[in-house]
Amino acid sequence: MDSKTSKRFPDNNIHLGRKISTTWVIPILITVVVTGIFLLIPEWVSSWTIVLLSTIFMYMVLSINWTIFCGPAQYFSLGIAAFFGVGVYTASIVWEAQPALPLIAVLIIAGVASSVLALLVGLTTLRIKGIYFAIFTFGLSELLRHFVMWWEVNQTGTVGRWIPIVDNNVVYRYMVVLVAISILGSYILRRSRYGLALTSIGDRQDVAEHMGVNTTAVKIGVFIATCFLTGVAGALIATRWSYIDADVAFDPIRTVMTIMMSLFGGMSTLYGPVMGTVILGIVSDVLLVKFPYLSKLFLGMILVLTVLFIPEGIAGLIAGKTQMSFRDRIANIMKIRFGKNEKE
Amino acid sequence: MGVNLLDIIIAGLVMGGIYALAAVGLNLQYGVVRVLNMAYGEFVMVGGFIGFWMFTLYRINPIISLVICIPTMYILGWLVHKFIFQPIRAKSENIDKFAGYSILASYGLIFVMQSLAVLAWGGRIKAYSFLSKPVVILGATFEANRLVAFAASIILSIAFYIFLRVTRIGKAVRAIAQDAETASLMGINVDSLYGHTFAIGTVLAGMAGVILSTMFPVSATMGFQYTVIAIVIIVLGGLGNILGSLIGGLLLGLIGAVVLVVQPGLVIVAFYVMFLAILLIKPTGILGR
Repeated sequence: MDSKTSKRFPDNNIHLGRKISTTWVIPILITVVVTGIFLLIPEWVSSWTIVLLSTIFMYMVLSINWTIFCGPAQYFSLGIAAFFGVGVYTASIVWEAQPALPLIAVLIIAGVASSVLALLVGLTTLRIKGIYFAIFTFGLSELLRHFVMWWEVNQTGTVGRWIPIVDNNVVYRYMVVLVAISILGSYILRRSRYGLALTSIGDRQDVAEHMGVNTTAVKIGVFIATCFLTGVAGALIATRWSYIDADVAFDPIRTVMTIMMSLFGGMSTLYGPVMGTVILGIVSDVLLVKFPYLSKLFLGMILVLTVLFIPEGIAGLIAGKTQMSFRDRIANIMKIRFGKNEKE
Repeated sequence: MGVNLLDIIIAGLVMGGIYALAAVGLNLQYGVVRVLNMAYGEFVMVGGFIGFWMFTLYRINPIISLVICIPTMYILGWLVHKFIFQPIRAKSENIDKFAGYSILASYGLIFVMQSLAVLAWGGRIKAYSFLSKPVVILGATFEANRLVAFAASIILSIAFYIFLRVTRIGKAVRAIAQDAETASLMGINVDSLYGHTFAIGTVLAGMAGVILSTMFPVSATMGFQYTVIAIVIIVLGGLGNILGSLIGGLLLGLIGAVVLVVQPGLVIVAFYVMFLAILLIKPTGILGR
């Protein structure tokens, strides 16, 4: 029995090299095909569905990007609203100054603004402990909200800004592309050296440092990249609102929703946040329509119950189930093949 | 500016006293139980409503409400810890994971408590008038309730500090804050004391709420700003440092009063700037090593 199994494993290891190279192609193909299908959807469904889907996809971008960094690195950012809001405001300001700019350029500038903020935050706080990072980012998003509000009331004498409206279908299609970029980016990062480095930082930072990982650089780099997409998503969805102010742009509910969706879906996998946003996106929409006064109560309860009962999320539940049954299956096979003479 | 300065200082100290009382409770919950309770301000809100309803319905003096809120808030806090934070602690494999998950759970608790408060008491702002007679001290004019509030919060904070320093339970609580594992080896029932410490923290929050309700209107959404202020103070005074919280609270009250005069809209911004600055320059707090 021992010789047989030990023979199998080296074989597998040799194949592993080739398998990795082919796994690059298939996910990219799948992503392209699925993205294509989703890009075509506006041709068939009502505009109400498109608006709902855009919102769900926005949260998908936010939660995938939040999970990319915060899942493996174990640094909980409570400042999603800050980076989102900076994207929103940058888009509005840039577009007011240069109305002729195309949407894509505005989005990129908004993303860059977000990542500059992320760079500053990263340089100053990612060296310190996780709990301080959480408090700091939380404070940052509230600081920006209050400061922008104060600035508008006292310096410019206006509250809020206009932002040009973009066609719903265009917003939707850009959002689909953003989701595709996020998913692919997350997939590639998980399999790259940087992803492993990030995981090792989350597990044991001191050990990671001893192994020669430049922990600060890895953390800041990934953080900037994820905040870029968060800012772009903010700038994009803002074009649907036409009017923005500090309370809308830096709304802390967005941070809570994103974290809840990631957690509910499961932060250890790629498909976890995707599932979480789809399920909770629909659930929260239904709740808002059916019980407008109770929706926050239900969402809060979902978050508490998720932390209490499924801290690994739905993905964790599924992984646990399949792993067990897989192990059982293997055990059964082993029993049938080799264990006959033990009991029978 | 002479009279004005006195005005500012006394107003700052009044607010600072309440801030300190509120921050000590959160500091207890973070420093001992390791729960950075984002829903802390919601307990302040519950305390505020206790003060409001007791006065409006039964004409009960807020100072007596302070006594009423001790068992109420204690039971509430104990239950919240029993059914939310204790299970999370049992499931988390290390203290960092527990800290992270308890932040997220308390985030959810904010919405649950706010919605329940709106359902129970409505979303409107409520206020009552208690001792709003003018009092003149050294040329500065105040409402009497502010002086009562200041005296109450300072007496309560000092009483609590002495409780921690002198009594056996206080000693046990401090021992857990220093090293929970060693404390349990010394025969302290750490698990049960976590619940009681958390409950004491919520009692302090409730008391701060009752005192606040004598001066300011209460509403279901008033809590969050006090969470923020309490977090700023415990970062300022050092996470887990009770004396630091007392000093930090008074300091923050004074700063708030000064900024309120210079530029009213920037009070909360000033708190945040100070908060971020402390985190960057000296994350262990002003009294930290």
